[in-house]
Amino acid sequence: MSRRGLVFVAGGLVLAILYPWLVRAAGAAGLPVAPNYLINVGMLVCFTAFIGQSWNISGGFAGQMSFGHVVFFGTGAYGMAILQVTYGWNPWLAWPVAAALGAGVGWLIGALAFRAGLKGSYFALITLAVAEVFRILANSVPFTRGGLGLLIKADPGMANLQFRDPIWVYYLALLLCVAGLLIAWRLTRTRFGARLVAIRENEDAARALGIDVYAEKVKVLALSGAMGAAGGAFYVQKYLYVDPWIAFGVDKSVEMLLVSMVGGAGTIVGPLIGAGALTAINEITRMLASVVPALKNVQPLSLIVYGAMLILIVARLPDGLASLFGRRRGEAGRA
Amino acid sequence: MLEVRQLSKAFSGLKAVDDASLDARAGEIVALIGPNGAGKTTLFAAIAGFHRPDAGVVRFDGVDITGQAPHRICAAGMVRTFQITQPFAKISVRDNIMVGAYARIADRTAAASRAEAIARRVGMGRQLDQRGADLTVAGRKRLELARALATGPRLLLLDEVMAGLNPTEITEIVDVIKAIRADGVTILLIEHVMQAVTSLADRVYVLNQGRVIAEGTPAAIAADPVVVEAYLGHGAAARLGGQHA
Amino acid sequence: MLDPAIIFAGVLNGLLAGGIYVLVAVGLTLIYGVLHIINFAHGSLLMLAMYAVFFLWRLLGIDPYVALPIVIAGSFAFGYVLYRGLIGRLSHGRDENILLITLGLAIVFDNVALLLFTGDSQTIDVAYAGTIVQVGAAFLPLPKIISFLAAIALCGVLGVVMARSQLGKAIRAVARERQGARLVGIDVEHVFAIAYGIGIACLGAAACLLMPTFYVSPTSGHAFVLIAFTTVVLGGMGSFVGAAAGGLIIGITESLGGLLLGEQLGQIGISLIFILILLLRPTGLFGVGR
Repeated sequence: MSRRGLVFVAGGLVLAILYPWLVRAAGAAGLPVAPNYLINVGMLVCFTAFIGQSWNISGGFAGQMSFGHVVFFGTGAYGMAILQVTYGWNPWLAWPVAAALGAGVGWLIGALAFRAGLKGSYFALITLAVAEVFRILANSVPFTRGGLGLLIKADPGMANLQFRDPIWVYYLALLLCVAGLLIAWRLTRTRFGARLVAIRENEDAARALGIDVYAEKVKVLALSGAMGAAGGAFYVQKYLYVDPWIAFGVDKSVEMLLVSMVGGAGTIVGPLIGAGALTAINEITRMLASVVPALKNVQPLSLIVYGAMLILIVARLPDGLASLFGRRRGEAGRA
Repeated sequence: MLEVRQLSKAFSGLKAVDDASLDARAGEIVALIGPNGAGKTTLFAAIAGFHRPDAGVVRFDGVDITGQAPHRICAAGMVRTFQITQPFAKISVRDNIMVGAYARIADRTAAASRAEAIARRVGMGRQLDQRGADLTVAGRKRLELARALATGPRLLLLDEVMAGLNPTEITEIVDVIKAIRADGVTILLIEHVMQAVTSLADRVYVLNQGRVIAEGTPAAIAADPVVVEAYLGHGAAARLGGQHA
Repeated sequence: MLDPAIIFAGVLNGLLAGGIYVLVAVGLTLIYGVLHIINFAHGSLLMLAMYAVFFLWRLLGIDPYVALPIVIAGSFAFGYVLYRGLIGRLSHGRDENILLITLGLAIVFDNVALLLFTGDSQTIDVAYAGTIVQVGAAFLPLPKIISFLAAIALCGVLGVVMARSQLGKAIRAVARERQGARLVGIDVEHVFAIAYGIGIACLGAAACLLMPTFYVSPTSGHAFVLIAFTTVVLGGMGSFVGAAAGGLIIGITESLGGLLLGEQLGQIGISLIFILILLLRPTGLFGVGR
């Protein structure tokens, strides 16, 4: 990485760490917006960036676009909830196990779909269907308590991974976000990552050059699944509740795809930029809706903007918003 | 080094390759020629594991590799290129070649320096930072060669690496191929450019309608009436002979 | 064990529901099967057409069956323009791009509908909506019987048009030999846009036939997306007979699945069929291997 890039990254990280304290200081100095709200927004950006990164690892780097990525998110969410509620596990222990469950589901879907030779749109559609199956199952089987959902007992404390102060939740999300960025960065610097890009760019050439395309695809889906599930587990732990729609609803699949595609699929920072943009648009429309009575139904506007952005990005800016940050840095991100 | 025995491959009833046998001995350059649609590329694909043959055996260094996956065959030391070049479009020439180098090297720095060395060897030293998509036809052909070479093969299957090149570019790539052979790599190539076949190949196989119809030195092949007929149609040898007489 | 009469009623109800799936899927099989365009906006376009039917009735008092020609023509025009102006132009001919662009369109349409019409569901109130026909032990709503028959007829008509007519032949030829068609001077984008328009026109017909018994809301289309794709994949790409059979099989599966497994779990059949077909027999039941 260039020295300028290093300074940029270090600066960003310091700023992200100081952010809650800066916001609170600004609040004390008379900022009209509640500091905890802003901290929460920051948490949302980090969390969304992380689950977007989960999509980006398989969909962006390896080119295996999924329309049902929520299946991993939901697996992690339910895994985390069930292990605690039904089996009385400590959440610190449940979290990695939930992530491993996600890896297992990723491995299974990959093994089935890639063994059958599904790619492109067919892979996208089959993931969508698998997520539907999971949603319907979660709605019907007893151990998820169906549509009632699962409620985790609120008992704040470090040992229970529950926090009264939103700053800690923010830091947890930041940790996930940074971990996601590190994984993506590693992909740009390792053989595994280079092979994924080769598979994305041209599968036949990749096979000829000695890449076990099937094995690499299954591996990346398992990795992506673990990340998605870790995100789902975090979500459950933050809101202490999960139901079939939260866990396996198609909206979240779309969100994961959107932040990654709009920010820049196959780039390191794409999902972060996409998550920032999505959250900003969301919050602005929400604020407009609550402040201006005439605009109280204006909320769908954020998704209209986002859908339109997706179309524009696919048509005109295939590397997403990330590529607007200067071609030089864009290339450094890919090298 | 390579033994292909009675290999057949059909697509929906049509026999693309029919009972074809050929050999490549260590250190040789062997050419595979034939009219369009003769089944040359299908034969290549079947040898390299891209199509599973309906019948027949492929042996590499005496080991039966028939129907093995391409990545296993590549690991064993045989690699193919594509007639229709398949560059990784969005990444640089260096990264393209590194994908090949990673077949034997796990370390990134080592793979990069191997990629650069190979790029220089095929005359792409100055194009390392260009994107695959931005290369000319000649550049893409070289990249196909470089990537395959980077996997460290002992047998290289080259599918028309000279098609679409101008005479100067052909001379250059002929020299590159000679140098690769001098380093101990055996080469089996499909080629339409007869000038290159004559100057490169030790032996030539002629494929027509999926069958091997002739085998021999380039000079012997050029004089073989069966071959001339395959290329120019029935009775052509007699007509040509008549003109000469 | 279930009473045979209940099973019989279940099968009949499933057939009628299947008729609706056929209606929705037949346009998709044209677009997806023949042109190889994965139209993820299919459900959302159906939803828009249903709103059109609703407003024609609410504002102008036009009966949904009378509205058929208007909505079909409007849908065709909308589809043509949509393909010409956006999908064809922006996708650069790449499969995944079309999928993403039509996903983007679906998001935009759904949320525009939400913005303009709110999330409330709307229904049409026509006199014949409650008319029931008794067949054996089964009581069947008349509008569903009409939509079932219309669906079969539509499949037949489209099948004949695509196989026999000059236009159908042109569409299939262009879809098969895009480059060649371009070389001989055919306006490929125009032909594709027409085919896409026809596919959307089918949705227009479906909307008119659906509205007497269905409600419409901005998310109405969602339920149909996976079902429509399953129907097409099950029936085999581009086969109209296949689409008809696929839709009916799905309808029956869902209905019997609901009887045997309960309302919730019964829906799982459709997704499972879709997954199994893609994994085991991607050419579908009636498709030809390529």
